[in-house]
Amino acid sequence: MFRAALRLSVSGARSLTRSRPQYTASVAARSYSHGKQETDEEFDARWVTYFNKPDIDAWELRKGMNTLIGYDLVPEPKILEAALRACRRLNDLASAIRILEAVKDKSGPHKEIYPYVLQELQPTLNELGIPTPEELGINKA
Amino acid sequence: MRPANTCWHCFQMLASRALVRGLQSGFWRRVSTSSAAWAAHTHDVDVIDCSVPQYNNRLDTPLPDVPFVRNLSAEQKKLKEKEKGSWTQLTKEEKLALYRLTHELSYAEMRQGSKEWMTVLGGVFIFLGFTGLLVWWQRVYVYGDVPHTLSQESVAQQTQRMIDMRVNPVHGFSNKWDYEKKQWK
Repeated sequence: MFRAALRLSVSGARSLTRSRPQYTASVAARSYSHGKQETDEEFDARWVTYFNKPDIDAWELRKGMNTLIGYDLVPEPKILEAALRACRRLNDLASAIRILEAVKDKSGPHKEIYPYVLQELQPTLNELGIPTPEELGINKA
Repeated sequence: MRPANTCWHCFQMLASRALVRGLQSGFWRRVSTSSAAWAAHTHDVDVIDCSVPQYNNRLDTPLPDVPFVRNLSAEQKKLKEKEKGSWTQLTKEEKLALYRLTHELSYAEMRQGSKEWMTVLGGVFIFLGFTGLLVWWQRVYVYGDVPHTLSQESVAQQTQRMIDMRVNPVHGFSNKWDYEKKQWK
């Protein structure tokens, strides 16, 4: 979960996932509303399961992706991998490239997130043959 | 421009046609014209149907509701078929073509600004300058003479009178006049 990224000013890319703020205990340390606060792992698992649905349809992919980008976070590489594989099942290369673009845009001023995500996703990108926006030249207008 | 000897009736007809044309090239294309005859003339512009999902370029919506290019040519259809196979078989140009079929603008293109602000600012200054010219002309050619009481001599006489009257002698006007030395302090 990259929620912590906004609070860390100078940190290596790896440490973003390693360092966890203390509210990821399974019992909420602070309560925004009644009931349990979902942990980062639960959030990730939920989204990975969503995209891993074998017969996911195009609408669900779009809805999932647009919703995920609407959150105040950069999705974990494992969620993105599931989304890219969903694109593959739907034969939609353009959406796969668009997802990578959206991740870079979502990181905003935190320039170290996108290279880290690409690094984590490189095996998947190679396996599926998904080009990065830089390879296609669409990262510059 | 219509020649001067054309009848007024023809001019009116063309003016209304021009008006409808103008409306047609604007947003409410369907609304501005109802007859099928006019619809036949709009083949040069695309009709936007707002009742179905539309394509949009938005940073917060990476995957739009519909692809940008809906009507695929035969070549594009072949490319779409090839997309169903392994993507490692596609060339870079084909991958880029597939991206452009689905998306009009990339994120970088969405984010880039334009130089329109220079045009806007320039236009604002031009109109301000023109207004300045109008104001100058009005000042020179419309306004009459200023009252004679504002002349140097008249103002000197007024000031002397105010000093003689001891206007505001404590903190104000006359306070600043030195009555012994007969000059300003």
